[in-house]
Amino acid sequence: MVGAINLALDQEMARDQRIMILGEDVGLEGGVFRVTDGLQRKYGPRRVVDTPLAESAIVGVSLGLAVAGMLPVPEIQFEGFLYLALDQLCNQLGRYRTRSRGRFGLGVVLRVPWGGGIHAPELHSESPEAVLVHTPGLTVVAPSNPYDAKGLLASALRLGEPVVFCEPKRLYRAVKDEVPEGDYTVPIGRARVAREGKDLTIVAWGAMVREALRAAEELQAMGFAAEVVDLRTLAPMDSAAVVDSVRKTGRLLIAHEAPRTMGLGAEIAARVGEEALTSLLAPIERVTGFDAVMPLSQLEGHYLPDYRRIVAGARKTLAA
Amino acid sequence: MYFERFDPAKGQMLQVLDQDGRVAEDLRPDLTDQRIRELYERLSVMRLADQTALSLQREGRMGTYAPFYGQEAAQASAAFLGPSDWLVPSYRETGALFMRGLPLALLYRYWMGDERGMLFPEGTRVLPVEIVVGAQPLHAVGLSWGMMLQGDPGAAVAYFGDGASSQGDVHEAMNFAGVFRTPTVFVCQNNQFAISLPRSGQTAAANIALRAAGYGFPGILVDGNDLLAVAGAMTEALAAARAGSGPRLIEMLTYRFGPHTTSDDPTKYRTASDVEAHKPFDPLLRLRRYLGGRGLWSEQEERLILARARAEVEEAVRAAEAMPPAPPSDIFDYTCRTAPPSLERQKDELDAFLKGEAGRGAAEAGGRASRPGSGKPSAGRG
Ligand SMILES: Cc1ncc(C[n+]2csc(CCOP(=O)(O)OP(=O)(O)O)c2C)c(N)n1
Repeated sequence: MVGAINLALDQEMARDQRIMILGEDVGLEGGVFRVTDGLQRKYGPRRVVDTPLAESAIVGVSLGLAVAGMLPVPEIQFEGFLYLALDQLCNQLGRYRTRSRGRFGLGVVLRVPWGGGIHAPELHSESPEAVLVHTPGLTVVAPSNPYDAKGLLASALRLGEPVVFCEPKRLYRAVKDEVPEGDYTVPIGRARVAREGKDLTIVAWGAMVREALRAAEELQAMGFAAEVVDLRTLAPMDSAAVVDSVRKTGRLLIAHEAPRTMGLGAEIAARVGEEALTSLLAPIERVTGFDAVMPLSQLEGHYLPDYRRIVAGARKTLAA
Repeated sequence: MYFERFDPAKGQMLQVLDQDGRVAEDLRPDLTDQRIRELYERLSVMRLADQTALSLQREGRMGTYAPFYGQEAAQASAAFLGPSDWLVPSYRETGALFMRGLPLALLYRYWMGDERGMLFPEGTRVLPVEIVVGAQPLHAVGLSWGMMLQGDPGAAVAYFGDGASSQGDVHEAMNFAGVFRTPTVFVCQNNQFAISLPRSGQTAAANIALRAAGYGFPGILVDGNDLLAVAGAMTEALAAARAGSGPRLIEMLTYRFGPHTTSDDPTKYRTASDVEAHKPFDPLLRLRRYLGGRGLWSEQEERLILARARAEVEEAVRAAEAMPPAPPSDIFDYTCRTAPPSLERQKDELDAFLKGEAGRGAAEAGGRASRPGSGKPSAGRG
């Protein structure tokens, strides 16, 4: 996936001179995950900028740069450090269109490595998407595969709105699908049915999609056809896609890495309750991280839901 | 005397022991040669402990680790804290925590990915390792403020890096400390890099120490590879803070010989010869020269020192690896004093799931590996 994101940045920077990348170690080093590798060499240190170590500043100056007519692509090195920039992101960037009565709709695409699974130190494995989805004015994207990552990033860069682009870091090097070299986009705000099925709907995004697909395989072997809906965009959420699927299957399981309470699963369940309650044949099942601090590497595997926990959850709904 | 004599705004830097081990007698801190010799021996253990952590990581016996090779003298500043002082570390202070007397085995355990390594012995005046760059100086200010309000005689020492000096929180911490005249000592270990970014990319100022003036308290730039300079500045700053004369900032200029962490590839941003050029400033080398000149060190003694160091470090590795793994319930047990029913339920769910899996695993005897999360991780270099 690293290559797909790098390619999208490269192609869009070539198309659009306004784009500049800024963040910690994004230039000379090419990012700690090498996502921006080679871009400073190609586009120079004025367009790919190593900033001082200050997340709030990185996002705050991006707002100003956007007002000036640039298209900043700030990087926050790990999602755990997004919290340092929450004022600039939520109180400033997310509100700027409203505050200026529509005058400043600001194109800023904030890239952040997301989620667990790489055995990293504390605060390098979090999934705080709910905080962002809860903030008015932010578009939040979470690709689950290289093809979508490239197409969604291209869309994000052409959107002219503040976007947070959550990159599931454990897929960076784990998934190496070829992506088309040519220009294409994947629409923002539209989910994808990653696998069709009639017995159960599994909703996931980011790295959890892979687990959901693997669970669907296992369930197939047990005689159940699970449909996997990959949200792709978390805000605005394509609830129609989820509702359509649930109307067909009558059963819903939501899988996410973030803690359960007030995680996105709660919102998805609420929307299905509002729009498709009568289609439900069983209680909604959530397979999620726990309402506890994400542990260090030794216990990380117990915290993160995986295909086995999804299968266990699915069997519960299927038995109900 | 040091803070008055060395003005960072004029580019002055305190050095007591030069590269060749020659001492500036008029600047010599109150340390006997015997004490210096003892400290040298602790620095040797510290260095070996650091190298050992790196090798353990390479063998897959340790998680991501942040080495301090080259920064031993600056780390040893922690030796000058008194029993009533608090140490407030970042993630690169394994050497400082070791000097403060924390069991090496615990520190190893933490870097092995087990948070129980952060359960320090009761009474230890040390806060847990902080991963968020620049967060902890504020904690040190609050801590020392509280001590001041309660008549506690100690000071709090906040450790952070040159990169951290760019964070708003670090600025705010120093500003609060200045306003409330808290007994805080800010130690900026300037190892000249924040991952790939050299110090010059963090600030247009000539050094970090001169910022203290902007907050209304004294700052000093010291040669951080010179244990005697570190000792002098640290002792003076702590004494001043404890005596009620407010905060101090010490910038310790040093150099990180190793990678940022075990996930870092430093060849991306500096050459091997850049590093070699700093090797003559090795903090242990100059201590050896100094002590050697006084008949307190020889090659032969070095072998004995290293043998003792090896025994100590090997014992720590053994103890760390002998700790039984934490039970999965450890994930839940410290979230809050009393777990709400929803959390209890989640804990039970995990327990039931794991029992079910164990049953299934036994039934499928020889089936697929069921170790959770054992997929090959992608390389993060944070
Ligand atoms: C708030 C925050 N941002 C980013 C990171 C990732 N990170 C870890 S260490 C580091 C560089 C820190 O440099 P410096 O403060 O000079 O300390 P050093 O690591 O050199 O000891 C970065 C960017 C982090 N841990 N916390």
